[in-house]
Amino acid sequence: MELSGGQIVVQCLKDEGVEYLFGYPGGAVLHLYDAIFHQTAVKHILVRHEQGATHAADAYARATGKPGVVLVTSGPGATNAVTGIATAYMDSIPMVVISGQVPCAVIGSDAFQEVDMVGITRPCVKHNFLVKDVNDIAETMKKAFYVATTGRPGPVVVDIPKDITDPNIKVPYKYPKKIKMRSYCPATKGHPGQIKKAVDLILNAQRPMIYSGGGVVLGNASAELTELTRMLNFPITNTLMGLGAYPATDKQFVGMLGMHGTYEANLGMHESDVILAIGVRFDDRVTGKLAEFCPHATIIHIDIDPASISKTVKVDVPIVGDVKIVLNQMLDVLKEHKKKPSKKALEAWWSRIDQWREANCLEFDRDSELIKPQAVIEQLYEVTKGNAYITSDVGQHQMFAAQFYHFDKPRRWINSGGLGTMGFGLPAAIGVKLAFPDADVACITGEASIQMCIQELSTALQYKTPVKIINLNNRYMGMVRQWQEFSYESRYSHSYMDTIPDFVTLAEAYGHVGIRVEKPEDVRPALEKAFAMKDRTVFIDFITDRTENVYPMIESGKGHQEMTLRVAPGTPIDRELA
Amino acid sequence: MRHIISILIENEAGALSRVAGLFSARGYNIESLTVAPTEDLTLSRMTLVTRGSEDIIEQITKQLNKLIDIVKLIDFAEAAHVERELMLVKVKTNDETRGEINRLSDIFRGKIIDVTSNSYVIEMTGASDKLDAFVAALDADNIIETVRSGPTAMSRGENGLHL
Repeated sequence: MELSGGQIVVQCLKDEGVEYLFGYPGGAVLHLYDAIFHQTAVKHILVRHEQGATHAADAYARATGKPGVVLVTSGPGATNAVTGIATAYMDSIPMVVISGQVPCAVIGSDAFQEVDMVGITRPCVKHNFLVKDVNDIAETMKKAFYVATTGRPGPVVVDIPKDITDPNIKVPYKYPKKIKMRSYCPATKGHPGQIKKAVDLILNAQRPMIYSGGGVVLGNASAELTELTRMLNFPITNTLMGLGAYPATDKQFVGMLGMHGTYEANLGMHESDVILAIGVRFDDRVTGKLAEFCPHATIIHIDIDPASISKTVKVDVPIVGDVKIVLNQMLDVLKEHKKKPSKKALEAWWSRIDQWREANCLEFDRDSELIKPQAVIEQLYEVTKGNAYITSDVGQHQMFAAQFYHFDKPRRWINSGGLGTMGFGLPAAIGVKLAFPDADVACITGEASIQMCIQELSTALQYKTPVKIINLNNRYMGMVRQWQEFSYESRYSHSYMDTIPDFVTLAEAYGHVGIRVEKPEDVRPALEKAFAMKDRTVFIDFITDRTENVYPMIESGKGHQEMTLRVAPGTPIDRELA
Repeated sequence: MRHIISILIENEAGALSRVAGLFSARGYNIESLTVAPTEDLTLSRMTLVTRGSEDIIEQITKQLNKLIDIVKLIDFAEAAHVERELMLVKVKTNDETRGEINRLSDIFRGKIIDVTSNSYVIEMTGASDKLDAFVAALDADNIIETVRSGPTAMSRGENGLHL
């Protein structure tokens, strides 16, 4: 079969089983777009801004486990995609981004819409390629998908100059079935000796804690994690990225840990003697002050990326491997082991944890006459019966969502954890809804975040992706304001906007339904009404209490044991903290 | 501590900048870097010298290994090795100094590879500290320019860095 470069790219996508291609045309990719025009297998989603394309593809990948695919033009098309590429990179999301490039002959001459895409994206991709021969396209595309989806996943950029996709130059096409790269062989099985060491530690633990993260979601190892946790009867905490990997409604789950984690999770980490860290990277938002992180614990760390091991926190027993395989290996060893975890020690440990739980650290004012953001999330959880896919932007609303929407299943919580990209939520919701048209998809956002990619409301109409936008409108960049309150004596420097659009009419202008909710008692009816409208995108603008803060909080530079709780001075918890 | 890290890397456009970019992005030191193709034209060999605590060096080697283009690497701090660097020095000469510079060059086993009425170019190889010592022994006012390749290294014995 002889095909042009443009046709080859599209045929590779078909052969790779790509369902959706998120993109935006431009000069350097016109040959490619012409090839797309002549087929129907790969459905192209025309976004309104390239950042939206990357976030939608990224979220599609997070929700399905399949790689997200993006097509953008050279120059500004490519640079607009960079934020989304970096977002995927920080959260290890498999994504293939095809960018157009100016023709080979003018590369380096500052040609119209030329940027060095390979150079610009180098620090925020797993790998990137510049294709300079039409005969190399198929193999490069195969490598791109292979690298993006294996090992620790990540985004891969394939930069293709316009002349390489020339419709007049046709070459034989064959998509490689398999690819081998001598320089890239991701780890799979864990070292049996290390696993044995880990199991010995686990079985002798007095105050164990399982700390699991996004790696378990990415590695599809929820079932194994759940089996292991239940078999051991250990408490488990999840990172922001790991939510849903273990059912949040289970009694062994002590909540999220870290900066806005629960009292019981953070103090549990602080007092633990053996920590089993699974698919986590000891991010600074999780660890707090490194010098005070888990002072009593021996740490076991399972990760597929050797560079994650002992990067910030020195670990005692590293196990490099695919999380699903390693957990199965560990389960096998545990099942054959005669020794069981000490019942007595665990009983004492659980009663200590239950004491911390009594602090009820997520409690908020339920009698407020203003809408509390937490109350909105709680009711969203109830109305959707905990079954919705939740995407989020970045800020207070993201933390409230993580705290109050109890994810029982993996891949339901779609947020930008590592890069913290405002503007992620709406395009992400569209990507998820395309993947799961029958599921409820809600984007939890705020009036600042939503404006960063608001243009994608138009995309949502065009492709009939009826998502619900839960806008927690507090007229502040809430998290910025909270930090200014804590650390800058409430000097609210530019953390609010003097002009905010009327979101109801804005939603209507984009062809959707807009609802404004101003009273606590109207929250639930509005949510019910919105979710009853199965085929409409609904923008619900909740006018919330603008002074509400996210608690608990570990302030910057403090340790897990120094959390700030929402409690009046003099209460028992307050004394314990002091 | 000073470490010499030797790398086999795919001989592809941009491979060098992936390594250099990694060092600048993560704030690692890079003292010298030298790269050239090997007898297998699909591979380049890169030798770099860096300094850092054991933890940092461990991160450096892990992050380097993570780069897709890197096939293999070795940190010579862990192995007995030989180390050589090439230096060219151009010095001013005149009837009075020529003899002295000649003798000095001999002592350090240098070779004079270019002579004019008022200059020498001296070629010298050795471990980096020997080259440092030679430069220190010369009269600084007489040095017109120096150029150094940065160290290259190889492990002792029959084992080597190859596919």
